[in-house]
Amino acid sequence: MRADAVIVGAGIVGAACARALARTGMSVVVVDRGAPASATSARGEGNLLVSDKAPGPELDLALLASEHWPRLAAELADELGAAFPAVEYERKGGIVVATTEAGAGPLRDFARGQAEAGVEVRDLAAAEALELEPHLNPEITAAVHYGQDAQIQPVVATEALLASARRAGARVLPHQEVTGALRDATGRVTGVRTASETLHADTVVVAAGPWSGAAAGALGADLPVRPRRGTVLVTARMRQKVFHKVYDGDYFGATQSTDAALQTSSVVESTPGGTVLIGSSRQQIGFDERLSVEVLAAIARKALRLFPFLETTPVIRAYGGFRPYTPDHLPVIGEDHRHPGLWYATGHEGAGIGLAGVTGELIGALVTGAEPPLDPEPFRPSRPSLAAHLAPEGAA
Amino acid sequence: MRHVLVIGAGPAGLAAALAASDAGASVTLLDAGDGLGGQYWRHLPPQRPSRRESRLHHGWAAFERLQGRIGRADAIEVLTEAQVWAIETADAVTAQVLLGPTDAAGREARALTADAIVLAPGAHDRTLPFPGWHLPGVFSAGAAQALAKGERIAVGRRAVVAGAGPFLLPVAQSLTAAGATVLGVFEAARPRALARGWLPKPWKLLGTAHKGRELAGYLAHHLAHRVPYRPGRAVVEARGDGRVEEVVIARLDADWAPVPGTERTLAADAVCVSHGFTPRLELPIAAGCEIGPDRFVRVDPDQRTSVEGVYAAGEITGIGGVDAALVEGRIAGHRAAGGDRSAMGSAPRRARAAAELTRRIEAAHGIRPGWTSWLRDDTVVCRCEEVPYGRLRAVAAATEQRSLRSVKLTTRAGLGICQARMCGRTVESLIGADPSSGADTSDRRPLAAPVRLGDLAGLPTAPDGA
Repeated sequence: MRADAVIVGAGIVGAACARALARTGMSVVVVDRGAPASATSARGEGNLLVSDKAPGPELDLALLASEHWPRLAAELADELGAAFPAVEYERKGGIVVATTEAGAGPLRDFARGQAEAGVEVRDLAAAEALELEPHLNPEITAAVHYGQDAQIQPVVATEALLASARRAGARVLPHQEVTGALRDATGRVTGVRTASETLHADTVVVAAGPWSGAAAGALGADLPVRPRRGTVLVTARMRQKVFHKVYDGDYFGATQSTDAALQTSSVVESTPGGTVLIGSSRQQIGFDERLSVEVLAAIARKALRLFPFLETTPVIRAYGGFRPYTPDHLPVIGEDHRHPGLWYATGHEGAGIGLAGVTGELIGALVTGAEPPLDPEPFRPSRPSLAAHLAPEGAA
Repeated sequence: MRHVLVIGAGPAGLAAALAASDAGASVTLLDAGDGLGGQYWRHLPPQRPSRRESRLHHGWAAFERLQGRIGRADAIEVLTEAQVWAIETADAVTAQVLLGPTDAAGREARALTADAIVLAPGAHDRTLPFPGWHLPGVFSAGAAQALAKGERIAVGRRAVVAGAGPFLLPVAQSLTAAGATVLGVFEAARPRALARGWLPKPWKLLGTAHKGRELAGYLAHHLAHRVPYRPGRAVVEARGDGRVEEVVIARLDADWAPVPGTERTLAADAVCVSHGFTPRLELPIAAGCEIGPDRFVRVDPDQRTSVEGVYAAGEITGIGGVDAALVEGRIAGHRAAGGDRSAMGSAPRRARAAAELTRRIEAAHGIRPGWTSWLRDDTVVCRCEEVPYGRLRAVAAATEQRSLRSVKLTTRAGLGICQARMCGRTVESLIGADPSSGADTSDRRPLAAPVRLGDLAGLPTAPDGA
């Protein structure tokens, strides 16, 4: 089979890349080791956040995404019609609170820095915070409101992007794990092999989330993307008592951490389905799917510190997922300087749902040579902060 | 002294606990319910004893014998209202247990390990959806049976029992004993399938002769109470204004598709439906036990699972009913306690005969694919989240999906309070999912029961004090 581009991974980032490339008129094939929209994209909360990002390239990408998602959601709804489930995009806003005196100062300082970088932030007095979230623990020490934080149903969003890509001519091949690369005499990557298919393509994009390191390895390249586990608890349905995304200030520390030990910070929010989602922990434990009671207990305690009323609320489900994590905490978007023809769109850690749309746009622009929507340099595999983690010769 | 933990106190768990104790082990026997006996021997609480239990229950004397011996055994600790809500496998296989009434706050938490664990959690009813099945007056046969046995309540005055499998017979019996008129037992399997499953090579069932006597007893009961037994038929619709007033019965073809023109209506105020049983696999899956392509826990002749020190008995190894459960429980408990294989007497032979019976039940009564043709677009498939068949089908088509995980999250089917225990396998078959790999199955539930956040928060946490 021959295509202009092969995308490895049918999660939300792969779906967004497939849609962007297919809409430029390229022929696109998406392969996935399993079913589409069923791994990392189906195991998170659906966060479109700016609140957790420090000034820098990832925040720039997130700010762009926060303008881009409403347009994208409207386009998808228009294109796919009422019969397709709603992506449930909601710019509900986030409130980050500190629960200790020690936490109050750093939270406000962090927010000030974000405001200078263009984030819509507002310091809240305790009374204001309680007006916005009447069931919040009144003993908070600081609160900051982030108007741009939004939520989306991540599986519907992934399926909608895939459906839209298919309408633009893309083909999706589930249960096709890549086993090797096709290369020409110069070493340029010219396609991939799976167990049953040989797919020729000028452009191969690895968008396999936490499996991107393994997928790149199968294609003969090394890429330092590793799995980091997150856990989410889902409560029984209830009358809505949580109105924003509400986090404790520790969330920032956990996302920026390189410490392998468990770190938790609660994120509490309601879903249109009537349940409350409580996340998220981050552990670097490889692809270990086993449940850990210690993690559940830590998440529960922090959630109760934010919303004491949850004490008697039953949790009906716990799910864990793996997030693609890079050593310098930035997504990898661009062509591998060591392996022409091989591209990456991965490493978004817990922000992939939010950043998928703009990542697709960026890949679309870079592959076709159009004007990129923002400076691509900080995300390229050749960036200096990643150099120490790449094998010099580039082979896996 | 070896310590054996037995999870589930139905027939398999009771037999396992006693066999382990007889073989010299100390035993902890857990059950989520408030008494011993499980679903099969559900009975009135001891505060309200009844002399009629023996008439309502098959094998009641066997239960009383087991319960009595367990009560007298010093080495058996019995914990009722003990909910195993998770199994961890980080170090030893550890059962996380909450003690106390299900709806109580602040239940006591315990983490239990043992030298060996016997899993005997049983099964729950499988009910296929049909138009009107959400109406008040429609019960799973298991719920109707539980009300009749546990509370002496008949679910209606004019009841219809329908579905597939030998379980329909004792349900009809319990209903008549509780005072209902049973208008008929409508068995989906056609006479030919019944004959194919039950009749050939009857010598293979030697050792389950008592099962034959039990079935003969039910049939005699049906004759005595003039309850018609109608194979090859199904309730394809329940109708009524706010509750069941009548049901539509149709003849089925060999694939269980209704034969057009054969519908007739019956006035009834209760419908009790069972199309078999779904094994409760969340604990064995959490423990890491291998599940076979038939979606039962894989065990060897010693009832050992693929996980060292973990044994399985009863319905999670195959829907074989009480005789299979008792003999498997006995083998599992004996071997878990380190008992010698030679000391098991006739148990292995009886276990093989029970396995044959299990195979025959499936051959005769297993669900056939034609049933989906009695669904309508507005038939609710997932009752917790009220997802109709038409939407499930339309969304699966629009997303070109056969993955259960995706379809669950795009339709909300199976995301409700029962966590797909009721509809999971139905949704799988309606979308053409492939659960055999184990990666995309409705059987996996890391949280095996709902737990209050306050109870979770009270558990020991990470050393960082998080």
